[in-house]
Amino acid sequence: MTKIDSRIPAGPLAEKWSKHKADIKVVSPANKRKLDIIVIGTGLGGASAAASLGELGYNVKIFCISDSPRRAHSIAAQGGINAAKNYQNDNDSVYRLFYDTIKGGDYRAREANVYRLAEVANDIIDQCVGQGVPFAREYGGLLDNRSFGGAQVSRTFYARGQTGQQLLLGAYASLNRQIAKGTVKSYNRHEMLDLVMIDGKARGIVARNLITGEIERFGAHAVVIASGGYGNVFFLSTNAMNSNGSAAWQCYKKGAFFANPCFTQIHPTCIPVHGTQQSKLTLMSESLRNDGRIWVPKKKEDVEAIRAKRKKPSEIAEEDRDYYLERRYPAFGNLVPRDVASRAAKERCDAGFGVNDTGLAVFLDFKTAIDRLGEDVIRQRYGNLFQMYEKITDVNPYHEPMQIYPAVHYTMGGIWVDYNLMTTIPGLYAIGEANFSDHGANRLGASALMQGLADGYFVLPYTIGDYLSHEIQSPKVDTNAPEFAEAEKGVKEKIAKLFSIKGKQSVDDIHKKLGHIMWENVGMARSQESLEKAITEIKALREEFWRDVKVAGTNGEFNQELEKALRLADFLELGELMARDALNRRESCGGHFRVEFQTPEGEALRDDEHYAYVSIWEYEGPDKEPVMHKEELKFEVVHLAQRNYKD
Amino acid sequence: MNLTLKIWRQKDAKAKGGFETYKVENISPDTSFLEMLDILNNNLIHEGKDPVVFDHDCREGICGMCSLHINGHAHGPDEDITTCQLHMRKFKDGDTITIEPWRSNAFPVIKDLAVDRGAFDKILQAGGFISINTGGVQDANAIPIPKKDADESMDAAACNGCGACVATCKNGSAMLFVAARVSSLAKLPQGRVEGARRAKSMVAKMDELGFGNCTNTGACEAECPKGISIAHIARLNREFLSAKLKD
Repeated sequence: MTKIDSRIPAGPLAEKWSKHKADIKVVSPANKRKLDIIVIGTGLGGASAAASLGELGYNVKIFCISDSPRRAHSIAAQGGINAAKNYQNDNDSVYRLFYDTIKGGDYRAREANVYRLAEVANDIIDQCVGQGVPFAREYGGLLDNRSFGGAQVSRTFYARGQTGQQLLLGAYASLNRQIAKGTVKSYNRHEMLDLVMIDGKARGIVARNLITGEIERFGAHAVVIASGGYGNVFFLSTNAMNSNGSAAWQCYKKGAFFANPCFTQIHPTCIPVHGTQQSKLTLMSESLRNDGRIWVPKKKEDVEAIRAKRKKPSEIAEEDRDYYLERRYPAFGNLVPRDVASRAAKERCDAGFGVNDTGLAVFLDFKTAIDRLGEDVIRQRYGNLFQMYEKITDVNPYHEPMQIYPAVHYTMGGIWVDYNLMTTIPGLYAIGEANFSDHGANRLGASALMQGLADGYFVLPYTIGDYLSHEIQSPKVDTNAPEFAEAEKGVKEKIAKLFSIKGKQSVDDIHKKLGHIMWENVGMARSQESLEKAITEIKALREEFWRDVKVAGTNGEFNQELEKALRLADFLELGELMARDALNRRESCGGHFRVEFQTPEGEALRDDEHYAYVSIWEYEGPDKEPVMHKEELKFEVVHLAQRNYKD
Repeated sequence: MNLTLKIWRQKDAKAKGGFETYKVENISPDTSFLEMLDILNNNLIHEGKDPVVFDHDCREGICGMCSLHINGHAHGPDEDITTCQLHMRKFKDGDTITIEPWRSNAFPVIKDLAVDRGAFDKILQAGGFISINTGGVQDANAIPIPKKDADESMDAAACNGCGACVATCKNGSAMLFVAARVSSLAKLPQGRVEGARRAKSMVAKMDELGFGNCTNTGACEAECPKGISIAHIARLNREFLSAKLKD
């Protein structure tokens, strides 16, 4: 069995990162010029990493599937980014941010990584302000903050409801500066289809030019995966349509271990599904829970009246409303973490109190806040979100409450990395949502942006130098090497196979079926029975895909159907691994809720004695079961306890 | 709803394009415009025909990937939204809808409704940034910025780079796009140091890439999904002129 070495530095938690930085090697400017790095993805992680590495003097090639690096899905993050600046004097600190993140993740994240994340978070805010990110400000000219779920302090920095956009534009601007200088070369509309390894090290990629269909080879001394999460395995999610898990999955199939694949975040506040023709779900930012109150009617007859449109929600008397989060979790109220809020919404809807015709919706109501602060203040804070809601639903949320329901949003699981963010393949790194490291079983709001930028600006540029310091004698990677030829051949054969099937179902037809299996069996409530069923059904669907899919067009053109087919082929494998991982984990923690394991009050029941580990999966071959390894989580500072958001 | 669609089809950048007519049936008014095109494409695939290529990604109005001229309007008939936020309730049963790609020399068609907006990246690479490296910056609150300035900077920064302004402008000018970036940085003290250089080099790059001149018709502002005001063009002009005066 391969030994898992997380390479966590020795010493007290608060000193690990400083000590590690002092211990690791650096590369001289003259040698940096000779070293090539490939970065996959241009979201917050990829763009910030590529820009920073370019500034350091490395030769960087960055790849994105969109027409511009600025389109990456980080752009859609709405609410904010956390940091422990303590500008509000509310007793925030690096330790408190660290502690909240570990607790929010239900004690399934690595202490050392999370502490480092909290430590560098403050630098991110400084960096972004320096880049000209227009964060919200107070009248005194200083930065404003708001609160997010799972925290009792105000530490979230924001730019209206477009924080992700503004942070990404900041990173993209830094990237553009390096592109102009020639240190970074950007390959837009290119998709990585395989990782190339030579002598056991990551040495390059094979990518498809999405416009011409050409299969191209790129060599490098290190490869960084920053391709985001795999939530689109569910078909319907808040992820962008083109977000996919394929780059990470190719790495897994080349030997990089995959960690905690079952840890999926179901976000509590999304616009409910309206019908079978729906293509994606739209998030309503968690920041809305600062001022919005979540409720359903107390009486079934009111529920019926609202569903039949005989009553408007605003006509339900105050005493007939069940503000169930405030009732169940008095200390945190509407700002409980996402997994808790999602399950509570499901519980009310399963009990028959859902407020739309499908029975799968609850209210998010701003009446109290509008009465207290006035409509103008609410418009200033959330104007673009309210507009977005009205455009989609045709309901004005200033007058009637929003309807919301949980939806797949983020994947905490991902490629396993050590403290240096290196995978089990030497020279292959994974950052941002693509790795598993910082959020445990549940990510807190406003922490994804923090992690992407922490990894890209402040962690990877240091740690990758330690590896590359041993590569200064390595010549430029020769893309004529047989390993490249073999990878290219494999990719071409896979594409040819897809076109040759000429079946009866479109890619979307099959993807919807996969989404249904995943949501019903590997979604918000999982059981041994549902997970075993999912594994069987996904296997059958995978077979169906390779027998009956119909991929329109040819390879030698801009072919969006082929892009989707290649991604779905990977989702059909990844989904099974998610179910397998969920089946193995016989406990409930964070976003992973096994119905067999809950407290009498319906809260997640963790089993620290048996499951305080990261489950790490190793690929064994196409028709073989993967092997699971464990990284035991050692908690040296935090005391393990059942999460309590009640008092 | 039952609809007739007249869609621009073009095999690649070099091919000559033309309109094709399609029918879609039983579309729910709650369906988004792009979901309606998904349905059309799924039908085309089942009929053994080539689906229509169009750019899209986030489908919530923020990424700027979707485009489309719909019945002569960039992003369709509704105001302050991108195409992906447009819903079929804005149309009537039996309507004929004409769908074209962005029309601009600077945005060549790649296929069908997808165009190449790489010129926007190039303009930003010419100076749409503040020249700082990672690390070594001062504390964020060491730079107080009047709320009004920060808000105006944010107004301009809302530009999502979709290209509707260029596609709408009869001259194919990119002035609103350039102005949004220049103006956003010009409102902040961090961006002042290289303000003159930024305005000159971005405008020069815009001219070099074949975008037209601005004649202040205001069409760009009217079609901008993010409501970017042409007041930012005035600020860009001020920045540019004062930079030139210093030469």
